[in-house]
Amino acid sequence: MRVNFTVNGRPYEADDVWEGESLLYVLRERMGLPGSKNACEQGECGSCTVRLDGDPVCACLVAAGQVEGRDVVTVEGLADYARQRAAGGCASGACGDAKNTGTSVDAAQRWEARPADSQTGEAAELSTVQQAFIDAGAVQCGFCTPGLLVAADELIERNPEPSDADIREALSGNLCRCTGYEKILDAVRLAAAREETQTAGTGA
Amino acid sequence: MGVTRTPTSLSQGSQTRGGIGESTLRPDGTLKVTGEFAYSSDMWHEDMLWGFTLRSPHAHAEIRSVDTSEAWKQAGVYAVLTYDDLPTEVKNYGLEIQDTPVLAHGRVRHHGEPVALVAADHPETARRAAAKIVVDYAPLPVVHDEASATAEDAPLLHPGRDDHHASHVPHPNIVHRQPIVRGDAEAARARADVIVSGEYEVGMQDQAFLGPESGLAVPAEDGGVDLYIATQWLHSDLRQIAPVLGLPEDKVRMTLSGVGGAFGGREDLSMQIHACLLALRTGKPVKIVYNRFESFFGHVHRHPAKLWYEHGATRDGRITHMKCRIVLDGGAYASASPAVVGNASSLSVGPYVIDDVDIEAIALYTNNPPCGAMRGFGAVQACFAYEAQMDKLAAELGMDAVEFRQLNAMSQGTVMPTGQEVDSPAPVAEILRRVKSMPLPPERQWESAEGTGAVAGTGIDVRALPGGLSNTTHGEGVVRGVGYAVGIKNVGFSEGFDDYSTARVRLEVVGGKPVAMVHTAMAEVGQGGVTVHAQIARTELGVTDVTIHPADTQVGSAGSTSASRQTYVTGGAVKNTCELVREKVLEIGRAKFGTYHPAWATAELLLEGGKVVTDGGEVLAPLTDVLEDQAVDIESEWRHRPTEPFDLRTGQGFGHVQYSFAAHRAVVEVDTELGLVKVVELACAQDVGKALNPQSVIGQIQGGTTQGLGLAVMEEIVVGEDGKVRNPSFTDYLIPTILDTPTIPVDVLELADEHAPYGLRGVGEAPTLSSTPAVLSAIRAATGLALNRVPVRPEHLTGT
Repeated sequence: MRVNFTVNGRPYEADDVWEGESLLYVLRERMGLPGSKNACEQGECGSCTVRLDGDPVCACLVAAGQVEGRDVVTVEGLADYARQRAAGGCASGACGDAKNTGTSVDAAQRWEARPADSQTGEAAELSTVQQAFIDAGAVQCGFCTPGLLVAADELIERNPEPSDADIREALSGNLCRCTGYEKILDAVRLAAAREETQTAGTGA
Repeated sequence: MGVTRTPTSLSQGSQTRGGIGESTLRPDGTLKVTGEFAYSSDMWHEDMLWGFTLRSPHAHAEIRSVDTSEAWKQAGVYAVLTYDDLPTEVKNYGLEIQDTPVLAHGRVRHHGEPVALVAADHPETARRAAAKIVVDYAPLPVVHDEASATAEDAPLLHPGRDDHHASHVPHPNIVHRQPIVRGDAEAARARADVIVSGEYEVGMQDQAFLGPESGLAVPAEDGGVDLYIATQWLHSDLRQIAPVLGLPEDKVRMTLSGVGGAFGGREDLSMQIHACLLALRTGKPVKIVYNRFESFFGHVHRHPAKLWYEHGATRDGRITHMKCRIVLDGGAYASASPAVVGNASSLSVGPYVIDDVDIEAIALYTNNPPCGAMRGFGAVQACFAYEAQMDKLAAELGMDAVEFRQLNAMSQGTVMPTGQEVDSPAPVAEILRRVKSMPLPPERQWESAEGTGAVAGTGIDVRALPGGLSNTTHGEGVVRGVGYAVGIKNVGFSEGFDDYSTARVRLEVVGGKPVAMVHTAMAEVGQGGVTVHAQIARTELGVTDVTIHPADTQVGSAGSTSASRQTYVTGGAVKNTCELVREKVLEIGRAKFGTYHPAWATAELLLEGGKVVTDGGEVLAPLTDVLEDQAVDIESEWRHRPTEPFDLRTGQGFGHVQYSFAAHRAVVEVDTELGLVKVVELACAQDVGKALNPQSVIGQIQGGTTQGLGLAVMEEIVVGEDGKVRNPSFTDYLIPTILDTPTIPVDVLELADEHAPYGLRGVGEAPTLSSTPAVLSAIRAATGLALNRVPVRPEHLTGT
């Protein structure tokens, strides 16, 4: 079957999709976006968390056919998404009507996963939550990181001043085996504090 | 090459200047937060096929026939391989004993054993084709514990075994036996005023790394194969893979791909040989990615154990003696069982001074899933038992459990039961003091002012209570307990193993700046070895810019990323090679500039800030002028001091390189009506010798602590008496979530070990040991129950 949907603001058409394929498989194997991870493929670990029309979901539990006409944001698009949110726009259409706020075809055709300019990611522009995960030491093996970033970004968008209990509740669907979660909590606290400072700084 | 996603070099620019001792950031951090980091499951090649493994549904069965004809007929299938397709006479592999079949032949010995392989153009096609393979099994009697394994008529798992343990074990279904006898336990027993004993049991824990076993094998024009793989030790894999393929080792080129955690579970091979076989047979790149169900069958687990202990003590609180017997279930194949036996026996006494001991540890062959390396490696099981014994002894004597431990704590100079003197700091009493002196978390923390949990307005935040968001209690029936534990772990490979590592370091001028490149075969599995290597190179070579070359088999072996050894051994190798590079640079400098300044000949010279400087701080020349267009490129092996095997009768021997110590205090709250446990806080104090990267050290301690928590209250692979695994999924095998994990305050000591590079002490494993018994001690304190088994389940607490 053929599936049309938007990923990180870019319209995408997938052909020859087998009906049993998940959104996760299509992202990873057909679109070349392996950032969403395949740790359990049964909705238990959260490593494949993406935004589907703004809602955090496990991409492994979404059948590819279910995303027809919808908007997906993955970790690869998180920095753009956060930047456009900060600018009052919307990267994916998830914060409003996709038809009105979506990326132009021209912009979409130029879209590439970041960082495109460096093999090492040195020059990548990161979202607040991505930078906070690095700074706080919340990344070890990193396999849980993409899903946690998407979930944590969504939490801070919804609840700019989360308590520790709020953070734990929001991230309870994302397993991490390396860190013991302490530095993930640190990272989310740090990201929320930095977002607040930035918002205060812009007078918003 | 058509490989479009493969590992890249990692480099850090000038914003990170840190040498050792600083919390510099990971060089792979940016790639990991943008989703660009290429894990082994992300490898991709145009025209690649997908491999799938058909596995045994039986724990023990004869294979009468395998019919692959229907599988071949499936459209999109490129290969179906069985034992008969193996290309050489080498049909088995193994870490120490080559007893593990690449594909089963005539007999399967455990549930999930690989029987056949399929390569197809889509993973689902491969799965469906595998389902069409017809295997005629005739089930055999299952050996599942010590009694059934050593019964007179027990079926032998490996009849005719001729490995080097075969001649000294009391039964062919015992992989290895290690007794340790020191002093006179019987005579000392007679002096004891109190004697306590107990039988303890540890369930089968899974590493549960999140990145599944996976990799991509690409056939090469020279008849060889390029393998992109997640592993803990590239060269160990290579040594096992090449003979099965019938290729010389230089035609199996291995590159480490992103590793999504390991914890011991990637020490053994999983899909490495299978992917290579399919690639070489089809002439196409083949990718294999296990799903979680398959992952539970695809790697070894922590040995479940039964442990019997007896301790005696005098009225004044001195331990008189210890006797123990430790039975580890190694499952169907040997894996690391012999070394686990060595660890369990030699560390069975714990971090205590006990002169008179009688110890025996064995590992069994059974039809249960194979067990091998997991973080803590034999020491975890022993620690759970001896720490339970310490609490019992203290209670029997009416003493404080921490004071009792401190009274008997080992220190530098203590002689281990193996006769080995502990010749570096062993601050056991001090780390116990430190965890005990941390402030306790407030009582009844669930009574929050806002009551923002599931029951708003009640003043109760159920998220802080046992049962959490299930809203099972508002504090009724909830009791608190506090417990302590301390443990001892060895660092590095023991018992005479040649535990070396290799590092290649290149220093040259790139873009007008001196740049160091560090190339090792060390598996970065998340622990932060790449960060530390860059720090060491900066410290030793005085440069800012360091590139970490992808780990591969084009450089010598780094040994395994296990046994808490990589910062010590490969870190030591990087330090050593940097020193050799420095000497060469100074030699070049002397030849070029020696005549211009006498200090080149007379002073102690260092490399700092990109310059050659004297120890007095005088700048002699920038590295750019010394090197110009010349590169200094050196590869060198490095070894720590040698160890020796334990005597097979007495267990005596200088067997371990280094010891590490951690202590925990657990605070738990238990809903006694429902048997639900909430760990409120899990404080840790650990001596790390020298924290090369403090942030990473704390991350290791918190991560290890959490895995110990998992073993205490939730993690167990449940295997029936039929040898079948009941819960191979993250729905049924539970690991701690962020809601299950408490605050983990950490107190780090740095008492240098003069034998180790920078005085450092391996960090990764020690916190996994004492975490589990501390939680159990706290639950016992809360409930008054004996609890001799982990993990503790609700029915153990409610008696239902």
